[in-house]
Amino acid sequence: MEHWLAQVAPFLSHNTIFTPATLAAYWGGMVTTVQLVFISLVIGIVLAIPLAIGRASHRVWISGPIWFYTYVFRGTPLLIQLYIAYYGFAFIPGVQQSWFAFFINNALYPALLSFVLNTGAYTTEIFYGAIRATPRGELEAARAYGMSSFTAYRRIVLPSALRRALPAYGNEVIFMLHASAIASAVTITDMTGVAYNVYAEFYSPFPPFIFVACLYMALSFGIQGVFRLAEKRLLRHLKPA
Amino acid sequence: MIDFHGYGWRLLGGALLTAELAVLSLVLALMIGLVVASIKLSRSSVLRGFALLYTTIIRGVPDLVMMMLLFYGGQIGVNMVVDQFNSWLGTNVFINVNAFMAGVITLAVIYGAYMSETFRGAFLAVDAGQMEAARAYGMSGWLAFRRVRFPLMMRHALPGINNNWMVLLKSTALVSIIGLSDMVHIADQATKATHQPFLFMVPVGLGYLAITSVSELAVRWLRQRYDAGFHTAKRGA
Repeated sequence: MEHWLAQVAPFLSHNTIFTPATLAAYWGGMVTTVQLVFISLVIGIVLAIPLAIGRASHRVWISGPIWFYTYVFRGTPLLIQLYIAYYGFAFIPGVQQSWFAFFINNALYPALLSFVLNTGAYTTEIFYGAIRATPRGELEAARAYGMSSFTAYRRIVLPSALRRALPAYGNEVIFMLHASAIASAVTITDMTGVAYNVYAEFYSPFPPFIFVACLYMALSFGIQGVFRLAEKRLLRHLKPA
Repeated sequence: MIDFHGYGWRLLGGALLTAELAVLSLVLALMIGLVVASIKLSRSSVLRGFALLYTTIIRGVPDLVMMMLLFYGGQIGVNMVVDQFNSWLGTNVFINVNAFMAGVITLAVIYGAYMSETFRGAFLAVDAGQMEAARAYGMSGWLAFRRVRFPLMMRHALPGINNNWMVLLKSTALVSIIGLSDMVHIADQATKATHQPFLFMVPVGLGYLAITSVSELAVRWLRQRYDAGFHTAKRGA
């Protein structure tokens, strides 16, 4: 260990880029990125569960609008959605004096809005697919027991559908983490924003971007590990014997 | 008619650039995907290790970071390599890395990794008996690949390719951040100049939906072509 430190120390003392100041900036960026992604995902799930149930409805006036919502938000780039949320309210006359001013003055709020709506659309489709894959017999059995459709959803459909959605949802979480990098395009100093600032300060592209790529990779693999563990526990009944 | 404040033609030009970028990176990504998929199915464990490393790294890193690395670092990297060759060969070559090239190469490298996974799965799904039959007919390796393995593989690969293509198309919007004048970039400029975000962002969003719809038709045609000889339940056996 000491031998190893003795080898690393001169490298760290001779480099100009990874000083305590830049490392602190990277840490701050990581906190912003994780916050942004985590909050979006949580609100996205809360939004997606009722929407997915509505999407599976036989009534077209319920499922139709939800289909349209997911179609639009999955069919256009997140960057456009972010720009619309970011610029969309900023130019309304008198908005700076209204109670809504907080939303415009901090780019985090528009970013959060667009991320929530985007991940909500993808998650709705993921959950909807899982709901549709519910074996018919399970529903018939629930009905035979006299369950109302609300009870059947709560006790039978959702527990198994949300488990089945787990692998696809894990991909969505990683996708969201990667997509959040565009927050740096609207002045948010997330991880990518910090890497860009460090690049601009030292005019040296490789160390800051490769370092931030490694950070993203570490986060991605961490998330993957968590989901793999969860799948092992929750999908044990689906494992081939 | 809607008044685009003189940005109408530039928006159309941006749409053209988006389409060019997307199609060019798709073609390159398909080629990379095929090569890497073949490597993944090859016997050399060293090559397979490199292919695995490649797809693992791509899956862990955001598109935008890759793109910035290639765009801001690409010129320096290329200069270093070219200078080395210049000093060896006594030549004086300069290769210019522009935003378009950086965009195409990044998208191709990223989606090449995803395509390779799609192709690998599709190759494995081809019935081994088909290739044995091709050999028995005396087809050479290349001929059997072209006439039997490739068309049979494509049937399984098409849904995955279609998915990757949709994601790639939307990823092209990222090039606007590194300063390429695609339709998002022009809509961004126009919004800043005229303070009318919806006037420009909504048509651009519709532009993406339009490109998606057109490509949906192309995929349907391709699917029909590669489904030839396979009766699906829908069309009746």
